[in-house]
Parts: sequence; C-alpha cells; structure tokens
Amino acid sequence: MILETTQQALQAIFAGPVPAADEGVAGGQRGNGVITPDYKTHGYHLDAQVSADQLLAAVNIVDEAGFFIESITGVDWIKENQLEVIYDFSRYDFDACRVVIRTRVPRDNPVVPTISTIYAGANWHERETHDFFGIKFAGHPHLVPLLLPEDADFHPLLKDFKA
Amino acid sequence: MSAPIQLRPDETFILNVGPQHPATHGVLRVKMQMDGEYIVKAETVLGYVHRMHEKMGENRTYAQYLPNLSRLDYLGALGYTHGHVLAIERAAGIEVPERAEYIRAITVELNRVASHLFWFGAFVMDLGGFSPLMYAIQDREHILDMLEAVTGARLTYCYYRFGGLYNDVDDDFIEAAKRFIPRMRKSLKKYDALVTGNIIFRKRLEGIAPVSAEMCRKYGATGPVARGSGINFDVRKNEPYSVYPEFDFDVPVYHECDSMARYKVRMDEMEQSLRIIEQGLEKLPDGPVMAEKKPKNIKLPVGDFYQAVETARGSFGIRIVSDGDKNAYRLKLRSPTYSNMHLFDEACEGMLIMDALAFMGSLDLVIPEMDR
Repeated sequence: MILETTQQALQAIFAGPVPAADEGVAGGQRGNGVITPDYKTHGYHLDAQVSADQLLAAVNIVDEAGFFIESITGVDWIKENQLEVIYDFSRYDFDACRVVIRTRVPRDNPVVPTISTIYAGANWHERETHDFFGIKFAGHPHLVPLLLPEDADFHPLLKDFKA
Repeated sequence: MSAPIQLRPDETFILNVGPQHPATHGVLRVKMQMDGEYIVKAETVLGYVHRMHEKMGENRTYAQYLPNLSRLDYLGALGYTHGHVLAIERAAGIEVPERAEYIRAITVELNRVASHLFWFGAFVMDLGGFSPLMYAIQDREHILDMLEAVTGARLTYCYYRFGGLYNDVDDDFIEAAKRFIPRMRKSLKKYDALVTGNIIFRKRLEGIAPVSAEMCRKYGATGPVARGSGINFDVRKNEPYSVYPEFDFDVPVYHECDSMARYKVRMDEMEQSLRIIEQGLEKLPDGPVMAEKKPKNIKLPVGDFYQAVETARGSFGIRIVSDGDKNAYRLKLRSPTYSNMHLFDEACEGMLIMDALAFMGSLDLVIPEMDR
C-alpha cells in the first residue's frame, strides 16, 4: 500500500519541466526518475533519483509518509566526474518499504541542500558525508569534521585520495 | 522534577565528559554547558576510535573484509557478520543450507544474550550497584566458552562464510547450549529480584529521560531504544531474514519512553532470545553447513544492494555499491548506536547530569561501532 502511494508521490515531482540534470547524463547511466528494483536481490523497494533542487521536496514526501531516516552516504563516480549522495529511509510498521533517494552533483562543486531541517538525525550523517567526500550541505548548522580529526582537510573516500 | 534555576549566561560553565570517562564506556566525549548540575546544552564529540572501515571495504575483497565486521561491535559481533554474509549472499544469489542458517540464528541469539548481559552489568554499575556485573559476567562466560569452542574466538568472531559456516557445531556445543537455557532462565529471575524492584534503581530511571516515538523517527533510532518508546519495530519481524520466520518469539515493547522502559525491553529480550535458541536446537536439521555451488572468488553484479539485520543494539544496515569487481566500489555501514546516540544531545537538555549519565547507559553504547 504505502509502496504505491509513495511511488506516486515521488513520481509527481517529475511532472513539471524536465530537470536540467538530465541533459548532461553520460551514456549508459540512468536519468532522474523513480524505479522499483527487485527487492529480493537488491534489498530495497523504491529508488528515486532526483536533482539537487528537487531533493527537499522528495524528502518532505517520505517525512510526511512517516518514514524514519536510516542513513546518508556518498559515492564517488570519478569517471563521470560526479559525486552521488544516497539517502536511505525505512518504516517502523509492518508495511515493509525501503526508499532510496539519490542525487548527483558535479565533482568540482558538490553542493546539496541540507535535510537536517526536516530530519534532525541527518545532522551527523551529513557531517560524516562531508568528512569522507567533501560534499557541502548548504544550510547545515555545524558542518565541521565529525569522525575525522578537527583539522582534517582531506576526504579519504574520494577515489583519487592518496594517503 | 523542578525547573532549573535560571542563571545569567556567564554563570554557566563547560564540562567535558570524556573522552576518558567510565560512564561513556569507551572513548567518547560529551561537551556539556552546565548550569549548576543541570545541562543547558550538550554536544557529543566522536571519532576517537575511527578506523575507516568503509575505506577498508573498498580496498579488500569481500572475503578479506569478513574479519572487519566483528571489529565494530565487540560485544555482539556475530550480528554484524551475519548482516555482511547475508548481503553478499543476497547479491550473488548464493543459497545457504538450512542447517547453516539455523546455527547462525542460534549463535547470533547467544551473542545477543551475552551482549545484553554485559550491558546489564555495566548499566547497573553506572548507577552504583557493583555485584550484578559479577553475576552477569559469570553467565556471559558460559556463552563465550561455547562460542569459543565452535568459532575459535571469544569476541571477534569470523565464523560465517559466504554460503555457510566455517565449521559445523559438535554435540558438546548443543549439550552446553541446552544446559545453558534453564540456567539463564534462573539467572534472569535472580536479576529481576535483585535489581528491577530496587527503589533506588527505580527512582533513578522511572520517568527520567523521555524519548518520544517522533524523536526516534527523526533520528532513526532503532532497537531497544525505539522499542522502549512504544515502537514495535524489530527487523527480525518487520523485514524477516534468515530462518527467523520459523521461530515463535515476541518483540517486547514498552510505552513509558523512559530509561526504565529501555531497561525492561532488554531484560525481556534475553528471554525471547532463549526461546529462539531453544526452538533452534530442537528443530536443527541435519545436512551440510556449506553451499556446494559457490564461486571461489566472489564478484557481485553491478548495482546497489542493501541488507538490514537486527543486532543487539538495533538495525544494522550494510549497503554495497558494486561495479562488478571483486572489491566493493562503495561499502557503507549503517550502525545503530550512531543514530541512537545522536538523539542524546537534544534529549538531555535541561536534565540533571546524573540522570543524563543513566540515560547514556540506557542507550547501550559501543563506541567502536559508532565510530567505525
């Protein structure tokens, strides 16, 4: 049930004009939109790729539907010169539904809006993602290193990081 | 509880709890702005035992990464290794023999009891009662001996393999586990009589440190912390994996939202774990403990894979992004205490410092698991 309603709500984000992020998509790479991966192999039900400026709208949808935040993380797609931010959401009730929201930003200027205003628990996850990838979360109240030393100026999970 | 006395801002002071402090059970630091004995604001500082396990996940093959998982939570390590092997098996499509899954469930539940026992002892000691720790460690010792005999390690297990187990359990293990169940049930009654009704204990916990269900949701709290706030959420029931659907067990939920509720959830969970172990030993099928068809060098198909399991501390998730190579392209570990501890800063505002330390104990922190 919740799967269908959330899917419809997320799909509605894309109803407007085609997002600009779609234009620069390299060959073989998926564009923005909602897909339903096979739960048995992939372990989640809904996968929505949005542009950075659609992110807050997407997160608001899952927040209003009563999801809790699992984690936030990044992936460095160095070949495509992009950084990806992945948000995981899940539910407390027995209507099992895992939602993944992901967004890609250019590697030389990685900025996404913070969702800590919606989910207070995003605060540490975003700080950690900033530590590891250097992704800036615009509007974050306290974007200083969390797990790395307080004076760290390196981002160890970037693929071109050399120790 | 009376309201804190209002002082001028310049009359507050900063108190550092940790990074070396017995109440934090590890190297964790909480910067507290204090107004006398009341906390005005708290900021948790972590990362003191950060080892970058996620980078190691990218540098090593999936099999080489197996031992890392038990270095996260040294009290309940089997739950974490279980999550990892399940994630790989799900992605690579490896079938696990039934006997192996049963043994996995039995050993994970034994480990859960051991973890809760240690938490129980340490938690009561935080509140000033020393002897329960000794009793708890004595009971836990039986579990560690059993697990040592089959896995070869006392805490940092590397027992599960992709497709099954490192070795089968012997009759000694099964006998020891059968003897352990009635012994542990007796001990649980003893702990209940010794601790739960104690008036000092109750006054320190009842009605203290309320964590609402909505706060749990916003911070992503899971495990006993969420279940103490009236949320009926347990990955073993909500998103069943392994052979857990075969077992008859309950998920203890308390609606008081206070530190006492979190204590009661864990105490009840030990009994439920014993029920699972009992049924597992009874139903334990014969057969191999390792899949026959299993690639020697595991490579996952291209894509994202997620697996969640219920560990002693809550929902542990592992996300693997694969590019088809023998190493993970990205491996993310979602640790439960990280999210559970995050709500501490907000929840402890206006609290007495001693209540906050009892609250911290009720969150069941394992710092290496938070810092990864």
